[in-house]
Amino acid sequence: MAGGQTSTEYIQHHLQNWTYGKLPEGYTRYDGTVLSESTWASAHSYQEAKDMGFTAVHVDTLGWSIFLGVLFLFVFSRVAKKATSDTPKGLQSFVELIVSFIDSTVKDTFHYKNRMVAPMGLTIFCWVFLMNFMDLIPVDWLPSLAAGIAGGDHFFFKVVPTTDPNATLGMAIGVFLLMIFFSIQQKGLIGFIKELTFHPFAPPTKGLAIVLAPLMIAINFILEFVSLIAKPISLGLRLFGNLYAGEMIFILIALMFSGGLLFGLFGGLLQWAWAVFHILVITLQAFVFMVLTTVYMAMAHDNHDESH
Amino acid sequence: MNINLTLIGQTLTFFVFVWFCAKYVWPALIAVMVEREKKIADGLQAAERADKDLELAQKKATQELSAAKEQAAAIVDQANKRATQIVDEAKEQAKAEGDRIVTAAKAEVEQETNRAKEALRSQVATLALAGAEKVLGQAIDAKAHNDLVSKLAADL
Repeated sequence: MAGGQTSTEYIQHHLQNWTYGKLPEGYTRYDGTVLSESTWASAHSYQEAKDMGFTAVHVDTLGWSIFLGVLFLFVFSRVAKKATSDTPKGLQSFVELIVSFIDSTVKDTFHYKNRMVAPMGLTIFCWVFLMNFMDLIPVDWLPSLAAGIAGGDHFFFKVVPTTDPNATLGMAIGVFLLMIFFSIQQKGLIGFIKELTFHPFAPPTKGLAIVLAPLMIAINFILEFVSLIAKPISLGLRLFGNLYAGEMIFILIALMFSGGLLFGLFGGLLQWAWAVFHILVITLQAFVFMVLTTVYMAMAHDNHDESH
Repeated sequence: MNINLTLIGQTLTFFVFVWFCAKYVWPALIAVMVEREKKIADGLQAAERADKDLELAQKKATQELSAAKEQAAAIVDQANKRATQIVDEAKEQAKAEGDRIVTAAKAEVEQETNRAKEALRSQVATLALAGAEKVLGQAIDAKAHNDLVSKLAADL
């Protein structure tokens, strides 16, 4: 806890992203100055971050996620470039282990021809794992370092991108767009619309009951649309929720470090225990995100008309 | 925890990473792994084939060996037969030769005997006369007794 914060302030400070955004004209900033015109700036308070609205970027979230993604791709592409089909050594064995694991997992759930899905599974698994892994770094290390470099306690810095719903929902939206893209590619626009409106209740096509068809279609559409939208939201929020909760517990444990030697030691023990448990969570969540993505892709490729 | 442009930024980042992985990382790694799989399968197959080859060669070697043995036995048999034959032939020849030599010797002996008889016959008269002269103490008219002596010699 730096600079005599209260516990609440400490927690709040840890949960605020480094927000760089546009403040509107005439806005009163944290230090009382009034902006003569709309300005792009880093938020110095929670209120400012909130008031920036949609026209803001979480620099830490994007920065860390891009850094970790590039790290993953750098390592893997280097290995891929140097890979031999002779006896694999060191890093290549490790990379091949992951690749064959992803490959078999994807093949188990996804039986269609698509050269995009397996690499996507690999990317998601490794990237999400690395982003989750940032959670195991003690919560104060990197933010303190960043605040020290930037100078000033107001400096917000969150190192775990997956505890930011923007990141997880952003990826989920990516998956969702691919889902719709492959659905339309495989079934055509008509097929996709039919899938949304003609299932699960087939509307009557003959006789007097045909007057009920629009009603059936409406019911089908409501059901299918909700389940369609629920997929990316649940995908993103599941990851976010798990990691956010884990991060929160790390922050609560970290509060103990300011409570004297005894509390500090106890906190250290707790942090170690929670980190050990969290290793399981971060791996599992990365795996779940990957498997669900693959399942959604398989659903997008699944043609109901042919299978019935 | 505000929703803002980060959302779109993250989506775009996601697409870029997936594209990069699908283009430069995944195919290369999978190709290497498939190639190794093929190598191992080929190696196993080759080993199996070599095993089969060895078995076949062993079978063939055994066959050849037994054939050679049979042939050798046949050759030895034949040689034995031939040897017996040669010995028999030699025996017969020797016997014939012996017979011939014996016959020739016999003939020669007879000839010699006859010759000796002739020689004796020619000398008998002289000897008889000489003997008789000694006995009578006087010369005997050779001419007068020639007929007698010749008769004696002829009887010899």
